[in-house]
Amino acid sequence: MAFPHRPDAPELPDFSMLKRLARDQLIYLLEQLPGKKDLFIEADLMSPLDRIANVSILKQHEVDKLYKVESKPAVSSSEQLCFLVRPRIKNMRYIANLVNADKLAGRTRKYKVIFSPQKFYACEMVLEEEGIYGDVSCDEWAFSLLPLDVDLLSMELPEFFRDYFLEGDQRWINTVAQALHLLSTLYGPFPNCYGIGRCAKMSYELWRKLEDEEDGETKGRRPEIGHIFLLDRDMDFVTALCSQVVYEGLVDDTFRIKCGSVDFGPEVTSSDKSLKVLLNAEDKNGRALLLCCRYTGEAGRRKLQFCVRRRGMDIKQMKNFVSQELKGLKQEHRLLSLHIGACESIMKKKTKQDFQELIKTEHALLEGFNIRESTSYIEEHIDRQVSPIESLRLMCLLSITENGLIPKDYRSLKTQYLQSYGPEHLLTFSNLRRAGLLTEQAPGDTLTAVESKVSKLVTDKAAGKITDAFSSLAKRSNFRAISKKLNLIPRVDGEYDLKVPRDMAYVFSGAYVPLSCRIIEQVLERRSWQGLDEVVRLLNCSELAFTDMTREDKASSESLRLILVVFLGGCTFSEISALRFLGREKGYRFIFLTTAVTNSARLMEAMSEVKA
Amino acid sequence: MDCYTANWNPLGDSAFYRKYELYSMDWDLKEELRDCLVAAAPYGGPIALLRNPWRKEKAASVRPVLEIYSASGMPLASLLWKSGPVVSLGWSAEEELLCVQEDGVVLVYGLHGDFRRHFSMGNEVLQNRVLDARIFHTEFGSGVAILTGAHRFTLSANVGDLKLRRMPEVPGLQSAPSCWTTLCQDRVAHILLAVGPDLYLLDHAACSSVTPPGLAPGVSSFLQMAVSFTYRHLALFTDTGYIWMGTTSLKEKLCEFNCNIRAPPKQMVWCSRPRSKERAVVVAWERRLMVVGDAPESIQYKQLTIQVLLDRLVLRRLYPLAIQICEYLRLPEVQGVSRILAHWACYKVQQKDVSDEDVARAINQKLGDTPGVSYSDIAARAYGCGRTELAIKLLEYEPRSGEQVPLLLKMKRSKLALSKAIESGDTDLVFTVLLHLKNELNRGDFFMTLRNQPMALSLYRQFCKYQELETLKDLYNQDDNHQELGSFHIRASYAAEERIEGRVAALQTAADAFYKAKNEFAAKATEDQMRLLRLQRRLEDELGGRFLDLSLHDTVTTLILGGHNKRAEQLARDFRIPDKRLWWLKLTALADLEDWEELEKFSKSKKSPIGYLPFVEICMKQHNKYEAKKYTSRVGPEQKVKALLLVGDVAQAADVAIEHRNEAELSLVLSHCTGATDGATADKIQRARAQAQKK
Repeated sequence: MAFPHRPDAPELPDFSMLKRLARDQLIYLLEQLPGKKDLFIEADLMSPLDRIANVSILKQHEVDKLYKVESKPAVSSSEQLCFLVRPRIKNMRYIANLVNADKLAGRTRKYKVIFSPQKFYACEMVLEEEGIYGDVSCDEWAFSLLPLDVDLLSMELPEFFRDYFLEGDQRWINTVAQALHLLSTLYGPFPNCYGIGRCAKMSYELWRKLEDEEDGETKGRRPEIGHIFLLDRDMDFVTALCSQVVYEGLVDDTFRIKCGSVDFGPEVTSSDKSLKVLLNAEDKNGRALLLCCRYTGEAGRRKLQFCVRRRGMDIKQMKNFVSQELKGLKQEHRLLSLHIGACESIMKKKTKQDFQELIKTEHALLEGFNIRESTSYIEEHIDRQVSPIESLRLMCLLSITENGLIPKDYRSLKTQYLQSYGPEHLLTFSNLRRAGLLTEQAPGDTLTAVESKVSKLVTDKAAGKITDAFSSLAKRSNFRAISKKLNLIPRVDGEYDLKVPRDMAYVFSGAYVPLSCRIIEQVLERRSWQGLDEVVRLLNCSELAFTDMTREDKASSESLRLILVVFLGGCTFSEISALRFLGREKGYRFIFLTTAVTNSARLMEAMSEVKA
Repeated sequence: MDCYTANWNPLGDSAFYRKYELYSMDWDLKEELRDCLVAAAPYGGPIALLRNPWRKEKAASVRPVLEIYSASGMPLASLLWKSGPVVSLGWSAEEELLCVQEDGVVLVYGLHGDFRRHFSMGNEVLQNRVLDARIFHTEFGSGVAILTGAHRFTLSANVGDLKLRRMPEVPGLQSAPSCWTTLCQDRVAHILLAVGPDLYLLDHAACSSVTPPGLAPGVSSFLQMAVSFTYRHLALFTDTGYIWMGTTSLKEKLCEFNCNIRAPPKQMVWCSRPRSKERAVVVAWERRLMVVGDAPESIQYKQLTIQVLLDRLVLRRLYPLAIQICEYLRLPEVQGVSRILAHWACYKVQQKDVSDEDVARAINQKLGDTPGVSYSDIAARAYGCGRTELAIKLLEYEPRSGEQVPLLLKMKRSKLALSKAIESGDTDLVFTVLLHLKNELNRGDFFMTLRNQPMALSLYRQFCKYQELETLKDLYNQDDNHQELGSFHIRASYAAEERIEGRVAALQTAADAFYKAKNEFAAKATEDQMRLLRLQRRLEDELGGRFLDLSLHDTVTTLILGGHNKRAEQLARDFRIPDKRLWWLKLTALADLEDWEELEKFSKSKKSPIGYLPFVEICMKQHNKYEAKKYTSRVGPEQKVKALLLVGDVAQAADVAIEHRNEAELSLVLSHCTGATDGATADKIQRARAQAQKK
């Protein structure tokens, strides 16, 4: 690996057990319906399922045909139908339509619904309302943790972000608590707990309750993971909104990594077909492939950043670089050429859209200078219809870094946006405002006046006007002040040499230390929130930052350097890279648990309203 | 000492018996046993006595007394019977006394004579009265079987979960069967009855005639039948004085015996000691007792488990003894002490003379937070005794807020239940309470409750979004949430309406709502959308093609691409499209059309608000260097180098950069000096750099 871990870095726990558990449970559930059956799978569950049990395993357990749960009804001739779905009302309707159609036709079959990761009462209610509750049997597949990499666990719940941060729906918190409970059951208790954010606090408390109810299971076990840190995504929208320049981040932004693997299209494979590549490659070729990927990853990463900095983007030079550095691994040539193809494709795209200008604008926004110029850039971006999601992202970045847009810009940018991309986005704006992603500066109010007003509104429960669990009013981002406090914009003397990263800012070409990662770093250093009061206040989290240490003498010094970071609402590859870097510097290892791997486009799409 | 066998008497060839008194009964009976209904619970449980005045003289002036004794005759309870005539008594497996009345009502009493509940065996029983009744035990619990005056059977296999089954008719049955009993086979309760020389087996579905294997001939009537405690064995006593013993399945005969007594016995029961391999039937007449046994075969008896023993102590309110046993046996707290304390607490809440505060405090003092104690269970018991306030006080000690919810709902404290459900963090529980509230409260109150609980409100809204759209609208209306109402109608304009008029109408409603919400921006934007929609419809009618639902920008672009420049201009004016956008738009559209002539004309129409670099860029994008070059001269100085490099004029780019003395531009040009012909240019730049440094 390009950046080796310190020799004293702790070993990671073996998370492959989670996969085995999930597989065994699924098989058990399938066998509950003996005999041949057709399996209907929700599209979102296909990739995660693929990582747990491939088609041949399913066939072994008498799954005959596979169908995708989609809007059009499937014609299955099997006598037994099994549905593997997320607990969503629209899925219940799909199933109800199918069952009711059978009833009309006088056909009787066996139906089984497997909810993953859990079932919700509302879903059963719908089944009942549709009159089929008695016809189907319901089960739960408690599959909530998918290891995507040796240190990365994903709950694969992208909807968590919208459900919680936009709709104020707390259903998934229980799922998070259950996942934590599973981890502590398997890997021992976590002696040191920290967190920030409302969701973090609720998840933590619910999880603690679970532990207390089932005490004895983890008691007396040696902790394997010494620290746990829970963080709400809305503590730091900025990092998630930035263009990514680390390799995995670039690949994710450009090709969309789905469940740890990526589909490289013809422009990458230089043939007429697409190829699916596992990005961490833990399966067949094991270690060698992993190494290789990492290596290409690191090489690609460094090279790309190098090129980005240098403006001149020389593909040939890069190809030479990569193939020379990797001479020893010829057997993996196919994979390498794929990654090189990916690099080339990224370069092409990034040059086309004038990636340089874009990065420059982003950096200006982060640092807070040339705001007018950046605003004009965004306006031009919208006028030229470059990309609806990208335009939206830049608007949000401007809003958050500036504590909201000034009223004139707020109106004009929105007007321009509606003209370019369609009037339905009026709803998108309403969503973004509610989530605090795109807001208007309150005119005439000084900062303190607004703050006192906000805090009054929040505490005064009689102000029943706040019917939303989340009031965008309470969400001043205060990014500039936080950035100053936490020194997020490093002073760079001369060129930032990306080959020798100095700090976590390397993931953004040395321009910005991810806020989320900085918070984690600071708290771990202090082992508490002490001395961070001002930052916590600026994050609007005075009541929502917590520390909980249990006296745990059994914790080995090794386990105390293992840190589980839980991102509620998703984390980006940039953040993962930054913390991996921090770990290497300090001799820690980080384990990431995220509701889903996310990036700016996914966040924006979650907020967008698309016409039905 | 010298003769152990002195008091043993021979019984048959190989067995012996002896008689001795285990203990004497403590009771002081006022009535003769023969005049009483008697029921003794299994496993040495309590004995219930009820003098049966209804049997002899019809008009009884004195009310009978129900007495309950321990197995050794210690009085436990005595109460005046005030209900109707009783036909049969029996103990359930939980040591509850079941009293079957003539009208089919079954009254249930506790060990201490405390009334628990009552239930009816159904209308048919009520009409035809109870002729005979049996209480029997199955693996599910205790059952009641009734023979009615119409000679029909009704039974419930488990009185804890009352499901009445009316058994099929026995063909040709005119009078009561000479004897009958309940059997339990394959987890199903059956009835075996004898009519004359015939035996019938009744199950839920059918009545079938059965014959015991190897039954001696000449039987014209069965006088008695007895089933063993485990339902495995059956004994039949016939009018010929003959006893048949076999399996209940009637597949196997164990033995037979002729006692030559033809009088009907008063009682016949199976008896065996635990683990004994000998099975025997005891037959009793007025003055004679007979034991009939068979060859050994193994039988397994389930012993009383320690748990059952503790239960029995608890039922007898011997809490300290039970706790001592637990401690002696070192039972885990959850199974032992806590459970008994919980029982004690349940007893405590029934003490009506103690105030709610005192009871609650006493219970909490003794129980604290002992693991395994469920305060909600105790509270449920308090509520069962009609002490709602005490129940609520006890619930406050329940640490798991989720556990408090079901009882709170039962006590109709739904709003409190909602708060507790929210506290528990279990959204499913919250949802359950919400549905309860929805049915219990009127709509206004329901919405009001939601309004004060944001978490529940969000949850309910999410549900409504998919399942009850109209409710969602009402929710917003109730809150005067005009902003969300506006968004609601906008969504509706997309979802429901196909016709343009319908969509416009929905948008109008939305715009009105936005005005009410003082969101002028949204209102205006919505009105613009209405205008655009109408216009797009007109364009489709007049020009053909697809316009509906395009953005304003795309609408204008489509018009230009279709050659409708006049219309495009008009639209841009009507919707006040800013100049910059219009220039970008036209530039892109004309380049797409490759209408270079029009593009050039356009570029000269007035000074470009977006500069001329975009012209160079767009031409190059279409690979038209010739056209691109036309615009390089008009590009402003700060972008000139970039423009020249775009069209590949490195030499001139170098000249400009040198003229500008701009280091950044110089290196940019230098990085483009890759071709063979660029050597001279590169040198030129290097020279210029050197010169600049000298100065």
